[in-house]
Amino acid sequence: MMIEVQNLYKKFSSSRVLNDLSLNISKGQTCVIIGRSGCGKSVLLKHIIGLLKPDQGKVLVNHKEVGVLNELELSVLRSKISMVFQGGALFDSMNVAENVGFSLIEHTHISQKKILERVEESLVLVGLGGTGNLMPSELSGGMKKRVALARAICIRPEIILYDEPTTGIDPIAADSINELIRSLHDKLKVTSIVVTHDMKSAYHIADKIAMMYKGQIILEGTPKEIRESKNPVVHQFINGLAKGPITEAVDTFK
Amino acid sequence: MFILFLIDLGRKVISFMYFLGGLTRLAVQTVFLTFKPPYKYGRIIEQAKKAGYDSFPIVSVVALFIGFIFALQTAYFMQRIGSEMYIASLVALSIVRELGPVITALVVAGRVGASNTAELGSMQVTEQIDALETLATNPVKYLVVPRFVALGVMLPILTLYANIIGILGSYFICVIKLGITSSMYMHVTFSSLLYKDLFTGLFKSLIFGMLIALISCYEGFNVEGGAAGVGKATTRSVVLTFIMIIAADCFFTALFYFIFP
Ligand SMILES: Nc1ncnc2c1ncn2[C@@H]1O[C@H](COP(=O)(O)OP(=O)(O)O)[C@@H](O)[C@H]1O
Ligand SMILES: [Mg+2]
Repeated sequence: MMIEVQNLYKKFSSSRVLNDLSLNISKGQTCVIIGRSGCGKSVLLKHIIGLLKPDQGKVLVNHKEVGVLNELELSVLRSKISMVFQGGALFDSMNVAENVGFSLIEHTHISQKKILERVEESLVLVGLGGTGNLMPSELSGGMKKRVALARAICIRPEIILYDEPTTGIDPIAADSINELIRSLHDKLKVTSIVVTHDMKSAYHIADKIAMMYKGQIILEGTPKEIRESKNPVVHQFINGLAKGPITEAVDTFK
Repeated sequence: MFILFLIDLGRKVISFMYFLGGLTRLAVQTVFLTFKPPYKYGRIIEQAKKAGYDSFPIVSVVALFIGFIFALQTAYFMQRIGSEMYIASLVALSIVRELGPVITALVVAGRVGASNTAELGSMQVTEQIDALETLATNPVKYLVVPRFVALGVMLPILTLYANIIGILGSYFICVIKLGITSSMYMHVTFSSLLYKDLFTGLFKSLIFGMLIALISCYEGFNVEGGAAGVGKATTRSVVLTFIMIIAADCFFTALFYFIFP
């Protein structure tokens, strides 16, 4: 088992975001998490990489509890996990190449030439070869996301957390990102968690789909099981219906 | 009405206490990480240029005018009691002990502190600080330490420079307008200044430099609420830095007065 989330609770000042959430993802698996905007998917990813601490419950990555690691252990863990942020989170004082090679420049003694090769290789993988000298402010939203993806794969991680990697990207680029996620999964056996609203890409890349609702995983299963699910909440979400239990229940939660 | 005012005051006091607590925590972390290898000189030099070198023009202008104004104000009274001789020593002491360090710190707080808060704040709201952490990089070590060291080193240098320019400003007024001879002015200036005057002034400016760096970074890290939040934090950062500089100045001036009488 690579990632185990056990009975996680998290509350921000006014609202309960995670409420006894559990989820297991085994090594090499791609798990897609779906759920409405604002239901706490990004918060869940931030717990897995240790940016947020749970109120209760724990996250285990490779059998190690993330919330209690010291700074050194956390750095070791983070040399194996990458996260692609929802908005890209590129460093806007650095150019694309410096962004992508950030970890290698900061934490390794690899020669500059080798780093540049690795950076270019990662950029080519996301379809942005030759853009190393551009600044983030010169990129479109979709390009920023792909650079963020290149930065994530540049350290050759074992786990990648994708926060809405295809949202706001044109369909062709989105499909190439889906292909990339698939090939990282097939060839390098990377364990992935992908947060997305895009059901087409979810069916395409997932080994397992988990639906998040009211701070919990209400259903998980293979793409086929999810598509055929009789659960009314899941049914409403995957078919994108305005009427159904989700929209009726909004006011009663909290 | 009055009750509401008291409640509001109480809230402000509590939030200030909270700020002092957070600032102390950041200060301890920063000092610890400053001495922990690896040392990255490149970023310190980059910050030293931004905070120090680029501040020379504005510090020059301000210090020169302070010198002019101070000489004229002092002359107004000294001429009445017929002691123009002492203008030079009064100006030199006030500038080196007090005005130089404080004015320079306030100018740098407005210029550099505000820009630090805005920069770190927008990094915070766009999740760049989170991204740094996930790339196994401590944001305090990466962002705060270089600013802290750069300001700690550059503010005393800027202050020393401001002292010289300020005294020069006063020199022009005295020698050209008041007819004091140049050699007399120099003689009085240097004979009235003691090493401890210079030392206490520069020590204070070291403290001010660290305060500017810490407060501006602390406020940047704690931005909430998008672009509007960055604006608010920048204002807060400058206001709090001014208050803390004046408070620290009062504290150290009193302290030095009693330990080096
Ligand atoms: N650092 C934070 N402080 C306070 N509230 C937060 C914080 N991060 C997220 N939230 C709240 O948690 C909820 C879930 O957010 P998020 O995980 O970003 O949703 P999404 O599922 O769209 O990714 C939102 O209501 C948001 O306001
Ligand atoms: Mg999100």
